[in-house]
Amino acid sequence: MNFHVELEHQRNVLITRLKGELDHHTAELVRVQLDEAIQRGQINHVVLSLKELSFMDSSGLGVILGRYKLLKGKGGKMVVCDMNPAVRRLFELSGLFKIMNVYDSEHTALTGLEVVS
Amino acid sequence: MNDLSNKNQTNHMKLQFASRSENEAFARVTVAAFVSQLDPTMDELTDLKTVISEAVTNSIIHGYDNNPSGVVTISAEIVGEEVTIYVSDEGNGIEDLEMARQPLYTSKPDMERSGMGFTIMENFMDEFEVNSEPGAGTTIRMKKRIESKKALYN
Repeated sequence: MNFHVELEHQRNVLITRLKGELDHHTAELVRVQLDEAIQRGQINHVVLSLKELSFMDSSGLGVILGRYKLLKGKGGKMVVCDMNPAVRRLFELSGLFKIMNVYDSEHTALTGLEVVS
Repeated sequence: MNDLSNKNQTNHMKLQFASRSENEAFARVTVAAFVSQLDPTMDELTDLKTVISEAVTNSIIHGYDNNPSGVVTISAEIVGEEVTIYVSDEGNGIEDLEMARQPLYTSKPDMERSGMGFTIMENFMDEFEVNSEPGAGTTIRMKKRIESKKALYN
């Protein structure tokens, strides 16, 4: 299936770009890759960039919420940017909007993190 | 593509596949392709793909406990501008339906399930109904009226 996780380190922030379709099947890949990067250390925060995420269901919400909690437990933050209207609707429905900061672009997300960290 | 513009036209399909997570994408793409004959908007197609994904994932994770030897059956029927979709399994069934339908409730918190599956299906479809028998399986029935892009031009 067409899904890809792209990771880019920028100082203590890990930019995570999700591309393709995120469901129960592909959520496992996100969990494994992000947990490995977070456990390896040197990362305080994650910017989840969703510009090229073409599909997401509640399994995506689950894996995002799980990584958010993991980072929070380590004193870090996870922010989200560039979501399409369908993904935005799921964030609204589930209440994730209330706990996670959402930005228009990677640039504003990174700027936002520097202000809060 | 618009053979079904006559309100009395009907069409139907049936799909069966192994309860493997790889098949979630196959299921939602196939149902979306079937419904395409009603000329749905992109938003309507996304809604349908999402609810199919939710229902099939539920069958795999909760119905069959991720055992790939289970079978998931989807049938869909188009009558006029309405599509009715059934997703069923012969798995564990749901013990407490009231509880299962609560937003954010999940029977598998250790697996990082969001507990939003039923809530999404209820919100995205016009009608939503669950029939479940513990030990025998679960069937979801969902219905949606497709507004159709061509209505914009009439």
